[in-house]
Amino acid sequence: MAYSEKVIDHYENPRNVGTLDKNDEHVGTGLVGAPACGDVMRLQIKVNDAGVIEDAKFKTFGCGSAIASSSLATEWLKGKSVDEAETIKNSMIAEELNLPPVKIHCSVLAEDAIKSAIVDFRAKQAAKRALAK
Amino acid sequence: MALQLPIYMDYHATTPVDPRVIETMLPYFGVKFGNAASRSHAFGWGAEEAVTISREKIAALIGAKNPKEIVFTSGATESDNLAIKGVAEFYKEKGNHIITSVIEHKAVLDTCKRLEKEGFEVTYLPVTTEGLVEPEAVKKALTDKTILVSIMLANNEVGTIQPIAEIGKLTRERGILLHTDAVQGIGKTPFDVEAMNVDLASITAHKMYGPKGIGALYVRRSKPRVRITAQVDGGGHEFGMRSGTLNVPGIVGFGKAAEIMKAEGAEESKRIAKQRDALHEKLTKRLDDVKLNGSREHRLPGNLNVSFAFVEGEALMMAIKDVAVSSGSACTSASLEPSYVLHSMGIGDDLAHSSIRFGLGRFTTDEEVDFVANLVSEKVEKLREMSPLYEMHKEGIDLASVQWAAH
Repeated sequence: MAYSEKVIDHYENPRNVGTLDKNDEHVGTGLVGAPACGDVMRLQIKVNDAGVIEDAKFKTFGCGSAIASSSLATEWLKGKSVDEAETIKNSMIAEELNLPPVKIHCSVLAEDAIKSAIVDFRAKQAAKRALAK
Repeated sequence: MALQLPIYMDYHATTPVDPRVIETMLPYFGVKFGNAASRSHAFGWGAEEAVTISREKIAALIGAKNPKEIVFTSGATESDNLAIKGVAEFYKEKGNHIITSVIEHKAVLDTCKRLEKEGFEVTYLPVTTEGLVEPEAVKKALTDKTILVSIMLANNEVGTIQPIAEIGKLTRERGILLHTDAVQGIGKTPFDVEAMNVDLASITAHKMYGPKGIGALYVRRSKPRVRITAQVDGGGHEFGMRSGTLNVPGIVGFGKAAEIMKAEGAEESKRIAKQRDALHEKLTKRLDDVKLNGSREHRLPGNLNVSFAFVEGEALMMAIKDVAVSSGSACTSASLEPSYVLHSMGIGDDLAHSSIRFGLGRFTTDEEVDFVANLVSEKVEKLREMSPLYEMHKEGIDLASVQWAAH
């Protein structure tokens, strides 16, 4: 299979590989996929008090397109508000990376990872508010 | 000798044509262009003689008594089709049961599936965790209706060599025909149709340093005389079993490749096995969680199939793009299903996704082995740094206990 230049670039120079403290109340973690399916993505966002994502990290087990999709996602997330981040769609990732049809599921997984990280972050915030009451 | 990139380590897929083979073939494209079926002039006679000599060389390589037992085809897929469909059609009055294994090549499996639609019954034998078909399982599956057993000599993915001699004893005792897809094993593991009681064997030139597009089916002529119904009708070539003008240059190359294999195969296999073992040792020395897929003992010399846990196979292949290998990862297939061979051996889909098949062969050098071992180790380390699974594993989390959201 031939890869697009953008996939190769993200694969060879992945942005934002790493781990944020999942216990930090400012951090939301999304872990999606399954080893048996051949791809697992963990995407983390760190949100400041103004509601802006100031850092994003990922680790991915998967093919080059899966790695590139998550790398791109972290790049796009940084500097966005959580609400803006929620509008990122898999089709935008697929288009940016020129993913072939057989690799579209990689971009779907990246969107799921973003959503899952946001859900986790919001759940933490809600728990914090509940405690404060 | 300086290392040249890319490096070819996919000898199970195909092999380069040996320069000695090419040289032998060349005249048969030009001045010796005759049709082997032309009985009325020197051009035809020359071609026929060349075909006869090749037949003898191929028969000698597999221990066939009579060169006329070699029926030329376009390759092993056609040979598998001809053997199984040909026997099924000819012996259908005698019985309708065929036995094969779950790890056969698609050319065998899909042929069997078609026959099932036509009313035949097929038993697909399971394999052990090493990918071995157990003779005892074959014995148990034999019925009064069984007309054919088809088990490969060696598996193309994990290189497991099957106990064909033992299976041959069973089938011969019961008067049931034995076919083997011998493509991967010829010249690399001892194979003798007489000693092993094989009745039909599929072989192909391009897996043994000959050209693509030429193969053969061994069809036993005596004790017992095997009959098959031709699947291609026409001029009645190849003793009425396979019509079509013979590919004379291909056949000449096939013969030369067989001659070289007979003379050098055993020695060559020892060297290749040593290189394969060196590659395995270098990889396991540097990396943890490298799992060997298949049998250590009953294995093709050039085959190394390993799973680099926590790293996805296609991603690894992308990282080592100067090395040609293949993977059981789903991502390399259009179907998105991981290898059915690894699956049948009870290897989890996660490890199947992490598997890489290295295929070493005649032109593999020690320098290439060193280079590949280093490159793969480095890239696996890099990808593991990016793998959430590796991080979880290092934290002591049992990945099997995690509730994954399947998608």
